[in-house]
Amino acid sequence: MRGALRPLLPALALLALWQGIVWAAAMPAFILPSPARVATALISNAGLILHHAGVTLAEVLAGLALGALAGAATALAMAVSPLARSLIRPALVLTQALPVFALAPILTLWLGYGLWSKVLMAVLIIYFPVASAFFDGLMRTPPGWTDLARVMGAPGRRILWHVRVPAAVPALASGLRLAAVYAPIGAIIGEWVGASQGLGYLMLLANGRAKIDLMFAALIVLAVMTLLLHRAVGWACDRAVARMG
Amino acid sequence: MSAPAIRVTGTAFLGEAPLFSGLDFRAVAGGWTCILGPSGVGKSTLIRLIAGLETGARFDGTVAASDDAPLEGRVAWMAQQDDLLPWLSVAQNAGLGARLRGTGADAAAIAGLLRRAGLSDHAAKRPAQLSGGQRQRAALARTLMEDRPVVLLDEPFSALDARTRAEMQDLAFAMLEGRSVVLVTHDPGEAARLGSRIWLMGRDGLAEMPLPAAPPIRRVDDPGCLEVQGALLARMRGTP
Repeated sequence: MRGALRPLLPALALLALWQGIVWAAAMPAFILPSPARVATALISNAGLILHHAGVTLAEVLAGLALGALAGAATALAMAVSPLARSLIRPALVLTQALPVFALAPILTLWLGYGLWSKVLMAVLIIYFPVASAFFDGLMRTPPGWTDLARVMGAPGRRILWHVRVPAAVPALASGLRLAAVYAPIGAIIGEWVGASQGLGYLMLLANGRAKIDLMFAALIVLAVMTLLLHRAVGWACDRAVARMG
Repeated sequence: MSAPAIRVTGTAFLGEAPLFSGLDFRAVAGGWTCILGPSGVGKSTLIRLIAGLETGARFDGTVAASDDAPLEGRVAWMAQQDDLLPWLSVAQNAGLGARLRGTGADAAAIAGLLRRAGLSDHAAKRPAQLSGGQRQRAALARTLMEDRPVVLLDEPFSALDARTRAEMQDLAFAMLEGRSVVLVTHDPGEAARLGSRIWLMGRDGLAEMPLPAAPPIRRVDDPGCLEVQGALLARMRGTP
């Protein structure tokens, strides 16, 4: 129980600091609302926030699944084929050199205001960490294991599936943990650029109407959602790694 | 299964510099041939050549079996690290070869070998739950599951404590009976106990060493074995 409560302590300290600033600086509510006001906004707008959070969550989950799949497939292709390595590597670096933020308006233009422009933003932002972490893992199989497999007469394809991929699961897991934190960033940027639903949209809308308490409420829900997602992915990865021994 | 003798002749280069040159290595059929020597003289390169593995060196020569058939597919390999896959059970590790080739592993054969290796109670465990000696026994069971006439051992016991090492030598000698075994080691006592032929490998090439009078496997306190062990160590240190 103590262990479960420990992460709450910094949150409580932050809350106290927040309330302290509101009192000390006598901030007007349209600049910095008090925690109590934000809590009230959260409760009175619960249905609205929940609806928009659901939209964002769907975008993030779809982006996470597709981005992880694409990243893992890319890493596998690069691991088995030197040709794929020489073709894909520069493109992979390019996706990092190009700020995804700059692409958001174009993606919205091409894919519209709906779900898919946000999903693609999330995919683009997590593709590189997943691909590069998994690829590193695949290329770092202990040489003794591959030596043994070769002497046993195993074909390369089976060495990949039965030795190199399982050996790379911990590396893939660390890529996925990063992805769980990055994916919501992609979705929110997409929503800021052009959307009619989602927490990013709600935050912009609330900001424009000087409903700063609502904006903070949406922000807190987003943060909690990201934390829970990170926890869930981390838990799933830990289990997978434990199974790998 | 008749175990062939093996002969390796030739020169290996690391870049432009020869690692060893004019080598003429012969391993006995159906017995233990030990290659003794310090690090960096090409012992591992030699045994990897026989295994058909990448050596990092350029080899100009031949690796041949006495029956003139290729060695590929007739060799089993065991190295200093047990190389057990941590996500598989001990039994699954023992059957790794069949798993990797996509043929079914013979569960009864695995159980029999694990029993001989004293690992029956550990078959379902993961390698991380075993001691160093148990892990090496599991690796030995995996090597035997391959059922190959030629067995190549690259310092398999060197990470074990003295008592476990002696026990492993006894077990391996009994379990590998009738096979042509090539053992790379830097322990003169190990070579003196196990060798039907002992080669000392140094910067100036291979030299064949005299054997103890008793047939292998010799007792650890066999006087002839101890005498040869001392002589081997003296030769390795360069003192006559």
